[in-house]
Amino acid sequence: MKFHKRLLRAEPSFRLLSKLWRISWLYVLLICTLAGVGYITLYSAGGGTPYPFAAPQAARFAVGLVLMITVAMLPPKILVRISWPLYLLSITLLVAVLHMGHVGKGAERWLMIGGLQVQPSEYAKVALVLALASWFYRISYARMGNPLWLLPPAFMVLLPVVLVLKEPNLGTATIIGGIGAAMFFAAGMRLWLIVLLLLPVPYMAKFAYAHLHDYQRARITTFLNPESDPLGAGYNIIQSKIALGSGGMWGQGYLHGSQGQLNFLPEKQTDFIFTMIAEEWGYVGAITVIGLLLVLILGGMLMAIRSRNRFGRLVALGISMNFFLYCLVNLSMVMGAIPVGGVPLPLVSYGGSAMLNVMLGFGLLLSTWVHRDSRFGESEDEETT
Amino acid sequence: MRLRRRRRENQRLMPIKNQKDPARGVFTRRALLFMAVQTGTLGVLAHKLYQLQVKDGDRYARMAASNRVSKRYLAPPRGRIVDRYGIALANNKENWRALILPEETTDVAGTIERFSTIIPLDERDRARIAREMRHQRRFVPVMLRDFLSWDEMARIELNAPSLPGVLIDVGTRRVYPEGELLAHIIGYVAPPNERDVAHSALLALPGMRVGRSGIEQSQDEKLRGTAGSVEMEVNSVGRVMSELNRIEGAPGTEIGLTIDRGLQQKVLGRIGEQTASAVVMDCRNGEVLAMVSTPSFDPSLFDSGVSHAQWIEWTNNERTPLINKTVAGVYPPGSTFKPAVAMAGLQSGLFSPSDRIFCPGHLDVGGTRFHCWSRWGHGSIDLHQALKYSCDVYFYEMARRIGMDRIADTAHQFGLGTTLDIELPHTRTGLIPTPTWRQAHHHHWNGGDTIVSGIGQGFVQVTPLQLATYTSRLATGRSVQPHLVRALNSEVGPQATADHWPELNMPEKYLTALRSGMFAVVNEQHGTAPKARLSLPGVTMAGKTGSAQVRRVSRALRESGHFNSANLPWEYRPHALFICFAPYDNPQYAVSVVIEHGNAGADAAAPLARDIMTDTLMRDPVNHVTPPPESVADAGDIE
Repeated sequence: MKFHKRLLRAEPSFRLLSKLWRISWLYVLLICTLAGVGYITLYSAGGGTPYPFAAPQAARFAVGLVLMITVAMLPPKILVRISWPLYLLSITLLVAVLHMGHVGKGAERWLMIGGLQVQPSEYAKVALVLALASWFYRISYARMGNPLWLLPPAFMVLLPVVLVLKEPNLGTATIIGGIGAAMFFAAGMRLWLIVLLLLPVPYMAKFAYAHLHDYQRARITTFLNPESDPLGAGYNIIQSKIALGSGGMWGQGYLHGSQGQLNFLPEKQTDFIFTMIAEEWGYVGAITVIGLLLVLILGGMLMAIRSRNRFGRLVALGISMNFFLYCLVNLSMVMGAIPVGGVPLPLVSYGGSAMLNVMLGFGLLLSTWVHRDSRFGESEDEETT
Repeated sequence: MRLRRRRRENQRLMPIKNQKDPARGVFTRRALLFMAVQTGTLGVLAHKLYQLQVKDGDRYARMAASNRVSKRYLAPPRGRIVDRYGIALANNKENWRALILPEETTDVAGTIERFSTIIPLDERDRARIAREMRHQRRFVPVMLRDFLSWDEMARIELNAPSLPGVLIDVGTRRVYPEGELLAHIIGYVAPPNERDVAHSALLALPGMRVGRSGIEQSQDEKLRGTAGSVEMEVNSVGRVMSELNRIEGAPGTEIGLTIDRGLQQKVLGRIGEQTASAVVMDCRNGEVLAMVSTPSFDPSLFDSGVSHAQWIEWTNNERTPLINKTVAGVYPPGSTFKPAVAMAGLQSGLFSPSDRIFCPGHLDVGGTRFHCWSRWGHGSIDLHQALKYSCDVYFYEMARRIGMDRIADTAHQFGLGTTLDIELPHTRTGLIPTPTWRQAHHHHWNGGDTIVSGIGQGFVQVTPLQLATYTSRLATGRSVQPHLVRALNSEVGPQATADHWPELNMPEKYLTALRSGMFAVVNEQHGTAPKARLSLPGVTMAGKTGSAQVRRVSRALRESGHFNSANLPWEYRPHALFICFAPYDNPQYAVSVVIEHGNAGADAAAPLARDIMTDTLMRDPVNHVTPPPESVADAGDIE
């Protein structure tokens, strides 16, 4: 303990070392474990070879790991400072992707930047978490009672939601909205205001359904009755359910899942990767993965609670919420519990943008943990009170 | 400053006190609420997963199995049809075709559209595909195009990724190497229609054909075989990953005919351009060795569909090329009927072979005069002479005395006017008229009707095959049935032996009397058919001529003395008929010949029958296991 304290007061170079020491390496190990699950599943999805999925994914994870550790070193002071430029950048990218994005599956979703496919909606989530945390940190808890102070952050949430809906990516828009709502709630939004806002929700839902795209509405319809069109829009849901069910308790064995190996599963390496896990490893394997996800989520939430500064708390909660919603939407989707949307399973599904976004988020989470005892801003709070 | 430091120290000393920081308290409470919600929702998902994977696991596992196993039915090859020596008369040829399995493509219309950019489909193809798609289940492949060339197949294979559900399959197509020669016997096949498919699911398979005529129709069930099936593991775009299980179907039965293809060819050559029919039978067991009906048609035209113009041409042709005249052509038998009448007379007990009847050249009954073909009459003659000269008056008188019912009964025993067991569709029964039949049609039976029936005119109508059967029965005394099927898968049936056929209920001495009369027709002086005499050493044949009027000759015309039927327009000339069997002393072969509007049996039909019989005796198909060489005419082979 004494050694540790001495390190904290040491020279900057030693401070960096001490910060590295403070990273929760257990949490990093869990992240690596989840990425490992992704690697072996992608190996199977590639037909028992590292290419075309597993090897590039491992390389991306290595880059993401470095990014995560780097971000973890950044103190809240710097994060607050860069949150606004990051938010504006992400909004710019979202606007750009609407005008010159590449079309995939009926939606404009990615931009080509320097030979890399970038999904601005993924980065928008992280930027929004930072921006909201920054705002709520600045206005302090006392002002949460005044709805006027909540209007600007509400606008900050709605702007990316609307832009992502226009892409149109219903799944990601829902997640962004969910993150925003969770952060409003956690920041101390008054209960009476919440009740007031929830009252008109059913009417809004009706209005929203009327403005959905045809393919989005088809998803809702086929979700309600997937057998109505077994080879058309209901195909994904039925095939996914068949794959899950054929896994049974103990699975068909690694590299032996008939549905995945025979290409019945659509997008088995991306959105539907969980069905491959469930088919090859059975319920035991699937529940283990769900358990691992839950541990990562709850760990993030605990890090948020443990933090001594408001900014870190909100960042950690936003990131954990993002990770949770990712998992929730993806798992519900493959089990046919909600309409299908293009939401991957974080760290497991094949894809660059989602992977780097998730690792960036974990970097912010670990930064909160590393700087958990920093009383950044707390004193100012009290001065204003 | 002091205040701040103190507070800082306080907090450093004390653990977290939420009460001191309301914002953090609220956050912690709400974060804990979130954690509970997160744990709860993932728990619900885990429960749902448990239901899907473990509780309903069996059901989904079954769905998974059916998902990856695609069952495909294999059309069995249609049985071949061969002649008595195993020479192929109907065969199967490889036919490469493109099929589409509707259940294996998500967008059937799109796939067909892409296919048509590679291999053009015309309107007829599209209409047919659309029709089959509507009527068939999704796991039954539908044919897109057949008769693909190598080049077209390569183009389809190259574009396979954009054509999910499209597969190339080798099927068979029916070929008839002998073409017109056996068209009436073999018949032809056509794609099944919707009614056929309703009867047999096997016919829904692409490439299956249904016999529409001849042996192809009558033996359709045997020729068809039974379907096999193959189970394959496929991926979601229908690509076959591996074959799991294969059940071979049974190919159709090979039908061995009684026909001798070489003899058939010779008979056709003898008939030439005449509109005629000829049947050669083994008179001991009823095997049909040759069966020719001219003109014929090309059965391969049915394979790809007959054009409307061609159909009109066939159906309007007065020489009826589509009709097998040997079984579906009915003719008055004329004088060839006389032996049957004679047998009826002998069996009645009213006549003996030696009884004489005086022929003055005509017979007057009830004010009507019935003429003999000879204006001067034949004088007082017995049965032998009556047959030899083919005297009409003798048989007028015999018919008048014994009555129509006896004649009809005997004629039926000989097979005339009866439905024979020949394995051909669309046969006609012909008619031996009786007073009962006439009354059933609300007409009165006149005595004159019986008299003209005595010489095979009037209402009497028979087919050439019935004539050949009648000749066979007369020659052997056995109730043989003509048949075309000799062997199934090279296994010869019991009908090939003479003992299989029961004896006729006719005394041998009467049959001998008839045979000797028919011998005289050909071989004795003043017989009616000297032109039918065989020129082969040591072999003789017996026969009977017939000339069947198709129009009543008026008395004025006959008495004018200028009547010559050869001067009539073709369609009014009498039919020329001849029946014969040989060798006379040990009958083996029976031949019947009918030349439509051939005028006189003795001049037109008898020489033709003689030539056919000569060819038959020289080939002697009954006593040869292998076909005799075409060019060798070794008389030594003949007993």
